[in-house]
Amino acid sequence: METRFYGAGLPKSDAANLPGHLIVIEGADGVGRSTHLELLQGWLEGHGFAVASTGLARSALTRRGIVEAKEGHNFDRTTMSLFYATDLADRLENAMMPALRSGFVVLADRYIFTMIARGAARGLSAEWLAKVYGFAIVPERVFFLRLPPDDLIRRILRRGSDIDYWESGRDIGLAPDLYTSFRKYQAMMLQQFDQMTDPYGFQIVDASRTVEEVQAELRRGLAGILDPTLFQPNPDAGG
Amino acid sequence: MSLRESHGFSGRLIVVEGIDGSGKSTQLSLLQTFLLSEGYDVSFTEWNSSPLVKDTTKRGKKKNLFTPTTFSLIHATDFADRHERSILPPLQAGLIVLADRWAYTAFARDVVRGCAPEWVRSLYEFATQPDLALYFRVEIDTSVARILGGRVQPKYHEAGMDLGLSTDPFQSFRIFQSKVLEEYEKVSAEFALTVIDGSRSIVEQQREVRKLVKPLLKGLTKRRNGDH
Repeated sequence: METRFYGAGLPKSDAANLPGHLIVIEGADGVGRSTHLELLQGWLEGHGFAVASTGLARSALTRRGIVEAKEGHNFDRTTMSLFYATDLADRLENAMMPALRSGFVVLADRYIFTMIARGAARGLSAEWLAKVYGFAIVPERVFFLRLPPDDLIRRILRRGSDIDYWESGRDIGLAPDLYTSFRKYQAMMLQQFDQMTDPYGFQIVDASRTVEEVQAELRRGLAGILDPTLFQPNPDAGG
Repeated sequence: MSLRESHGFSGRLIVVEGIDGSGKSTQLSLLQTFLLSEGYDVSFTEWNSSPLVKDTTKRGKKKNLFTPTTFSLIHATDFADRHERSILPPLQAGLIVLADRWAYTAFARDVVRGCAPEWVRSLYEFATQPDLALYFRVEIDTSVARILGGRVQPKYHEAGMDLGLSTDPFQSFRIFQSKVLEEYEKVSAEFALTVIDGSRSIVEQQREVRKLVKPLLKGLTKRRNGDH
């Protein structure tokens, strides 16, 4: 693919020849991103594609620092946005671009959009955040797994998972109780994502359906980018 | 809040800028001593010192993990943390905040490392405008003599060794700091920094600094006897 950046891009980084494909899956915690990414990776590898996966806060440079900052009580919204931007820049230059250069399909578990939504939900300007992320490569496709907050919280709770402190916006004092805070915060996040859908060209995937249905839509979308013969309507024949 | 807009709080923000060896830290330290002896409440902060980010920067430097972009971003992260925790609260409480380096350092250094000038400026859009920004201007020879005089070798990033300008650290230091100096001149004009001639004696410079600071002190609350 021809490499485009959202802004000025990455200085001293060779972006000229990146034959791989950058695919992003966005969506809230609990929406099924990791399940679908795993299934997609197995499916693609089964068809002979080399796949590299990456996700928020996994950079070798910042991973420990971000974990420690999240454990403390002093992680301010601006600092958080810039720390995560550092994380993405490091992964782009040291992991994602080398993989793209070697022709890999890079599956990214969330990208700049979660970070823009998080910052904007905390009162930062979305335009400012978009400028900060001017170094980021424009992905070939952004799948947004969309699920309303009520469905999301039921899904998290019936799995027996805890409601995450940061994913509930507990740092911004939305409500005295965890449940209400989570619902309000996720509604704000969804509103941010909906606002980004057109400008950033998300493909919206209705995540309220079964895993099989959602996965089939993702595969159909990926086949359109990588190789139209990959996707067969009959899942048995498709592998 | 922005670099073009006063914070509007009851405190005062005084920052110093300049290349390594410009004498800015010496002057700021003398100013701090003076202000304390006059009974003012002072808070000090310096570049690259946030406890939240320190380990990451250290690891990145040690293992040579930085690129121009991540080097720029981690310093902006450091600055954001200090801005929120160590700079705004004392300004709101009416203290004098002394800062060794401000966003202008990034505008000079990161651009020399290859980052786009507009991008680096956008990173620091959240930063407030200082009430007084002193830029200590020196010739490159002065800087080289002061920094390398007492030392075996300049530090890796201080010498811009990451840019591959020269394999000789001394030569690299001179080339890198000369380029930073050029950028500082642009930044100084763009943001109307107050230029101090850093080639004069320490005493002469300090007299000028105090003269510039005096008008800012009007209306500030001094410590009463017995306060600590």
